[in-house]
Amino acid sequence: MTEFLQQLINGLALGAIYALIALGYTMVYGVLRFINFAHGDVFMLGAFAGYFLSPLVNRVLPAQSYAGGIIVLVLAMAICAALGMLIEILAYRPLRNRPKLTVLITAIGVSLFIEYTCQHRAVFGAAPRNFPDLIPANNWHLGGVVLSSNQVIVFVTTLLLLAALRFIVQRTKVGTAMRAVAFNEQAAALMGVNINSIISFTFGLGSALAAAGGILFAMNYASIDPLMGVQTGLKAFVAAVFGGIGNLPGAALGGVIMGVVETFAGGIPGLSNYRDGIAFAILIGVLIFRPAGLLGKVQTEKV
Amino acid sequence: MNSGAKRWLLAAIAVAVLISAFSAHFNRYYLGIAIDVGINIILAVSLNLINGHTGQFSLGHAGFMAVGGYSAAKLTLTLQSLVPPWAQPLLFIAALLVGGAMAAVAGLAVGVPTLRLRGDYLAIVTLGFGEIIRVIFQTSETFGAATGLTGIPRWTSFGWAWSGAALCVFVITSLVNSTYGRGFLAVHDDEVAAGASGINPVRYKVTAFVIGAFFAGIAGGIYAHHKSFLSPTGFDFMKSIDIVVMVILGGMGRTVGVIIAAVLLTVLPEFLRGFADYRMILYSLLIVILMLARPQGLFTFGNTNRNAKA
Repeated sequence: MTEFLQQLINGLALGAIYALIALGYTMVYGVLRFINFAHGDVFMLGAFAGYFLSPLVNRVLPAQSYAGGIIVLVLAMAICAALGMLIEILAYRPLRNRPKLTVLITAIGVSLFIEYTCQHRAVFGAAPRNFPDLIPANNWHLGGVVLSSNQVIVFVTTLLLLAALRFIVQRTKVGTAMRAVAFNEQAAALMGVNINSIISFTFGLGSALAAAGGILFAMNYASIDPLMGVQTGLKAFVAAVFGGIGNLPGAALGGVIMGVVETFAGGIPGLSNYRDGIAFAILIGVLIFRPAGLLGKVQTEKV
Repeated sequence: MNSGAKRWLLAAIAVAVLISAFSAHFNRYYLGIAIDVGINIILAVSLNLINGHTGQFSLGHAGFMAVGGYSAAKLTLTLQSLVPPWAQPLLFIAALLVGGAMAAVAGLAVGVPTLRLRGDYLAIVTLGFGEIIRVIFQTSETFGAATGLTGIPRWTSFGWAWSGAALCVFVITSLVNSTYGRGFLAVHDDEVAAGASGINPVRYKVTAFVIGAFFAGIAGGIYAHHKSFLSPTGFDFMKSIDIVVMVILGGMGRTVGVIIAAVLLTVLPEFLRGFADYRMILYSLLIVILMLARPQGLFTFGNTNRNAKA
């Protein structure tokens, strides 16, 4: 039982991170209807931003303090939001009205470009690096279950960010505009919504969440490398499809389920080797039996 | 026209075998590259049937190649000692065909359940299948797990690789130009209209996947007997992307363009070995610039109407 609870906590922590990344995929899909392959790499850049910001922040604030951790997180989110917008303006905006596959391939190209540039020895180098401890390390023992301070931070941060996101999307003017663009781009434009700035904002928001996910991931797994976003990004994408792509609560739910399933599967001896394949098996199952995802709406095709 | 194409095929195979006969005089490094070119032509032209002519989008071609390569290699490794030397070419052909057949079965397994999906969903599912195939080979002890298979006899010569390429080009070109094959183009142009005209889109899509996967499997077998070892990392997502880029660079559905692109993209990286650090950065940048500037492919001229939808 304790082992079950322990695995559940580990799974939920991983799932919360997947949820943060999945939200970015699903938001971009909502407004532009394409898969931003480079999103996983923005997640990686977030972790690296945290890695380089941490020593700078420590000059002002003591190392391993909560205030310092929060500042690193916020700065990394801001940097990645800017990067996400830059990627959109340079690579995706010129292709706005082109066929979807052209954009998809461009996204793959952007993703590869970021990965290979970061692997170059003049940038980050290919070797993994140790991520510094941002906050005081503590382990709480509840019965037989161990809960680390990093995991608590993952839960707290994720919940806060989800609440903030919900507020932005549902209660603010820019959020309303986002939903309008996702619903019908042309109609939104006719109602005076500036499509370009809304799409830019969506990229920024999604990238900021990915950066937060990157830092939380790095805090929990301690090692970062330029290719860390590939597998994690793919799994988060699967989570977004699982929940129903374009649907925000669905992405969060899908991410959590994905994290829990993967962690439990990793604990079963015969299955642990197939850990990386499980995400895709789930994806294929979902797309075959319920292509719209768990919470997505089934859309009929107009001829 | 058809007999003319057959004559071309025979001529191509004859030339390939003839060159192969003198291969001992060539630089082994260049010969190796030439064989790689042949293999990549098979891969690109077979993917072109799926992505170009039929207008689907597969990102899992390396998975089919892996199935073919591993099956062929396993068969040769098991039967090698039982077969007299004179029968080795027969065993090689049998291994290639078995590899192709296994890949075709995999293509069927991928094709049937997923072809209800379109566009980027299909791309993601094929990507997923490719990854699952790789994970299975990576964990299966029978196939050498993470180390892969080693000691595969080096039976691939220039003649084998280029005969395979010629055969692949011949079969796929003839197929697409046949009365039956017009259906692939119809499905590409407009699925709904094709369906309304009595063409079964699902059947055409599955056929494209099975035939494309078959040739990818053959290419895998030739590759296995060329490199003499196989490891699961050689068949990852990147390999699939490489093949997709060849098809896009050549122009979707343009066989000649795709062949030129396959040659270019195999030879060019070899010349860039000196800039190894920047090679892949340039490569990824090339993809982005190509999509921004010439999404219809480098070798597509004139009527681009057909490709507007691709």
